[in-house]
Amino acid sequence: MTPAQSPPLTAPELEEREALRRAWQHPSGIVGWFSFATHQAIGMRYIVTAFVFLLIGGIEAIMMRLQLAVHDNTLLGPHLYNEIFTTHGTTMMFLFAVPVMEGMGVYLVPMMIGTRNVAFPRLNAFGYWMYLFGGLLLYAGMFVGTLPDAGWFAYPPLSGPQYSATKGVDLWAQMITFTEISAMCVAVELIVTILRLRAPNMTLNRIPIFCWSMLVQSFMVIFAMPAVMIASTVMLLNDRTIATHFVNPAEGGDPLMYQHVFWFFGHPEVYIIFLPALGMLSSILETHTRRRIFGYPAIVLSLVGTGFVAFGLWVHHMFATGLPQIGEDYFTAASMMIAITTGTQIFCWIATIWTGRLQLTAAMHFIFGFLFIFVIGGLTGVMLASVPLDLQVHDTFFVVAHFHYVLIGGALFPLFGAFHYWFPKFTGRLIGERLGKISFWILFVGFNLTFFPMHLLGLKGMPRRIYTYSAEMGWEPANMLATIGACTIALGGIVFMVNVIRSRKRGRVAGPDPWDASTLEWATASPPENFNFVRLPVVSSRTPMWTPAQDRVTVVGLRNDRREGLVTTLVDAQPHRRFVFAGPSIWPFLAAIGVTIGLAGSIVQFSWYYVAAALGTIAFIGWFWPRRPFEVQP
Amino acid sequence: MKRAAWCLPLLLSACAGPQQSALDPGGSHAQGTANLWWFFSVLLGIIFLLVFGAWLVPLFRRNRGVDSQLLEQTHRPPAATEWTLAKRVGAASGVTVLILFGLLVASIVTGHAVSQPQSRANGMVVEVTGNQWWWYVRYLNDDASRIVVTANEIHIPVGRPVLIRETSNDVIHSFWVPGLQGKTDLIPSRVTTQWIEANQAGRFRGQCAEFCGLQHAHMALWVVAEPEDKFESWMNNQLKTAVPPSTPDQVQGQQIFLNHACVLCHTISGTTAAGQVAPDLSHLASRFTIAAGTLPNTKGNLAGWIGDPQAVKPGNHMATLPLRSEEVQPLVDYLESLQ
Amino acid sequence: MRILAALAGLLALTSCKEQRVDVRPSPARLAVFSGAARESEIQPGGSQSQPVVTNPVEGNAYAISEGQRLFNWYNCSGCHANGGGGIGPPLIKQVWTYGGEPANLFDTIIKGRPNGMPAWGGRIPEYQIWQIVAYVRSLNNLEPRTATPARADTLETRPGTIQNEVKGVTK
Repeated sequence: MTPAQSPPLTAPELEEREALRRAWQHPSGIVGWFSFATHQAIGMRYIVTAFVFLLIGGIEAIMMRLQLAVHDNTLLGPHLYNEIFTTHGTTMMFLFAVPVMEGMGVYLVPMMIGTRNVAFPRLNAFGYWMYLFGGLLLYAGMFVGTLPDAGWFAYPPLSGPQYSATKGVDLWAQMITFTEISAMCVAVELIVTILRLRAPNMTLNRIPIFCWSMLVQSFMVIFAMPAVMIASTVMLLNDRTIATHFVNPAEGGDPLMYQHVFWFFGHPEVYIIFLPALGMLSSILETHTRRRIFGYPAIVLSLVGTGFVAFGLWVHHMFATGLPQIGEDYFTAASMMIAITTGTQIFCWIATIWTGRLQLTAAMHFIFGFLFIFVIGGLTGVMLASVPLDLQVHDTFFVVAHFHYVLIGGALFPLFGAFHYWFPKFTGRLIGERLGKISFWILFVGFNLTFFPMHLLGLKGMPRRIYTYSAEMGWEPANMLATIGACTIALGGIVFMVNVIRSRKRGRVAGPDPWDASTLEWATASPPENFNFVRLPVVSSRTPMWTPAQDRVTVVGLRNDRREGLVTTLVDAQPHRRFVFAGPSIWPFLAAIGVTIGLAGSIVQFSWYYVAAALGTIAFIGWFWPRRPFEVQP
Repeated sequence: MKRAAWCLPLLLSACAGPQQSALDPGGSHAQGTANLWWFFSVLLGIIFLLVFGAWLVPLFRRNRGVDSQLLEQTHRPPAATEWTLAKRVGAASGVTVLILFGLLVASIVTGHAVSQPQSRANGMVVEVTGNQWWWYVRYLNDDASRIVVTANEIHIPVGRPVLIRETSNDVIHSFWVPGLQGKTDLIPSRVTTQWIEANQAGRFRGQCAEFCGLQHAHMALWVVAEPEDKFESWMNNQLKTAVPPSTPDQVQGQQIFLNHACVLCHTISGTTAAGQVAPDLSHLASRFTIAAGTLPNTKGNLAGWIGDPQAVKPGNHMATLPLRSEEVQPLVDYLESLQ
Repeated sequence: MRILAALAGLLALTSCKEQRVDVRPSPARLAVFSGAARESEIQPGGSQSQPVVTNPVEGNAYAISEGQRLFNWYNCSGCHANGGGGIGPPLIKQVWTYGGEPANLFDTIIKGRPNGMPAWGGRIPEYQIWQIVAYVRSLNNLEPRTATPARADTLETRPGTIQNEVKGVTK
């Protein structure tokens, strides 16, 4: 793949670029930094913050593995161990996996569809601040000596007021509110952006597969996230703070209702994490095989199908609860059915690789790693879909192995591949290939060393969430292997970070399109200007960057002295009208602060909800106060 | 695959140690599940090799048969190739559907078979109630004088189906004896049920499989399957009132028991101790573990448990009693006399 | 790096006593206390000052939750119900016959009181009595909000409204 040459800018284009730079420049100063509203800045903040939480979650994982390495270990007592595995799961699921995918979406989608920003830039900023404050709220518990300790899904009655006396579970339940508000903000703006802000002639049939996956994922977020807010905030938190009885069995509440509502969210949640990774994979594969991806309609339909079917699987987390057998059989069928949609995509990718010219970069290594790990995870998932098998391995380390295989293999490996692939776009420099491949191999070997033995541990009877075990069970050798593997993963992570830091400083400078790729984000500078494109592109195929440069058409006529964009129609992307993107504003940050104060206080005293409402109202009045769009004065 | 070789010693070591492996069944239900597991893993293992192999082939073939120049110009292979690929992908998807359907049928058939006993004749009902962090066991009987209450250790006769009726007194637990049957949750305010049946004598270890708090790790139970006659004699022994103390040490031990907080939680039949919230101690010495399978039932372990429960199971609900050191020995002597 | 280590050290110290979970009673707590408070100022030889005895687990969420459990397990609710009283006086009130300070409540439980309050001293370990004292105080809103759960009722003794029975099992 030789870097594509982009033609130099003509004189009028240089003038337009200068005008756009003035119109789109970031506000200055500290207040300005809190007011940023460009999607690249917010997206990068999501990604960096998610990465910090990944590191914290990784440290928690290492602590767990050190405790379990030998039998009857006393490194962590039961209370601390319970807190660690709860925060590990919570951090990874709510504070890393979903936000990092959102961040990649927020960063890449506007560029891929040929527009300048997301449809609601200030909502984007507000979503980020809510996510950050939610994560800080959870870990603020460390400063008062209480972290949640009832598991990342916190089943009542254990998580109820009678059996979890400390405030940790309250922090957990309220943190969910923050992260879910954040996810909904991103979902709403991505749907509108993808459906109405596309480049002219980018029909629905031509949008990049990554954008399809973000679109489907966003719809899933809108339907799934309210369910977890109901389960955690409305039912559990109110049971704990104001003596409601939604899930308190002592007064006729039903603990099983919590499980249903939680898993109605919990199952789509893993596909919310997984679908963007599939989209990233398709992008990377298209470039690395030098051909259009095979089976675009099949892949898109599979993504949509996965999105729908994912809502019909949740009971497979509850097979042991004594539900009617015919109901459980239905969910077995549905859980197996979702393998069809994923399998179709995998077959399309195989077809693409078979008939393309494969480039073995570091990013491609991670894709191969994905395939090995994810397919194993998916197949153990088919096993878990079967009721009799699930009843033996549910809540054992077999399940731990399964979900780490599908989550790390299915989401984290493509994500790392995506980091290697889009690194030149984010930073303007190429990431080190050699160190990238080394980090891949260390991560791959470490991962399999850690989690493969866990399948066997589950079959040998080791349940989940136990802080220790006795020598006679025979579980120690596999646990020791897993701990060594975990340390290997940590080493691989360190190598990756070293690679990132070195490449940022001394990597080879990359032009806009070092991979000669097919989608529009590679038409922007590396790193991109705040406005992405000097002139918005018009597309004529699914692979706009593979149209020869002389045949490419651009949009003229939009004003450059203010933040203008083009709204196009939903299906055919015909230009509809021009509109002005919202500019930088401090109000999203202030609104997030106000809501945080209220929601955090509500854990202690219900009336703080009124404070949240009051502060939120003030902030939203400021936010929506009518003002003229920012114009550069001549 | 080299990795498979590692499995073997780990799998084989399942044979040593307490029997808590789903792949070492002692009853027909667990046997059916284990057979299904082998079927699934062989079939899915083959599928994995095929799929992964298909991905690896291009790595080794390395772009042979691909016209690079044409590809760089058009970025797509000829239409005929695309059509062939479409047929192959379609066929692969179709085969996937068929295989999944086959697995679904196998799963449903096995699931229905292993959840019911072949015949309910001669069955018995045992009620298990989960507590933090021990198992309350009650053998139901139409004749009220033959109801047995015990804790943490269930004896069943070989070859007879046993219905376990389950509920919980506090949080959600899960009753799981892998050698005999899959798990079923114990949910407060609900009654769930499962059938177990052993077709060979032996001791099967089980463990709580739903996170239930600080000592979830130490909430084990034992199911002892024994021939009918031994089961009957065990049952008859459990029905007797607790053995009265015979030696002076035991008499003193009983006095210590009755004078301290023990009676507020535990029951010893035939005495004034009638607490309902902790395991029934009437036949403590007939059980081979204490503290829900955490320690073998020996005098030393029992003394250590009573002396400092928080050292054995930190966070558990047994009170730490202000016993004087000379009181421990007689108390343990008395408790270990309760066959 | 040093800054990080210092911060980590600080973190270990900031554990708020309300949220601390201490499962081990410290050895001194196992001794049986003869009395924590005086009922009267009358004293031969003039009044003497007395050390103020405070509840060592005052305001601790775990202790209050344990107190709630023990309140039911040791059958305080048999006479006092959930604080409203029945055979015994209510425990949610303004006027306490024998004093409502933690030391007084401790004494009441240890020594018993006329008209039916048994003497639990020597039977219930002292550390558990302090937990029960903390719980009783929490019923009266005298413990911090962050340590007191919302009112949680006792579990019914029978399986509740939702049943999942299997009939005719053995036939």
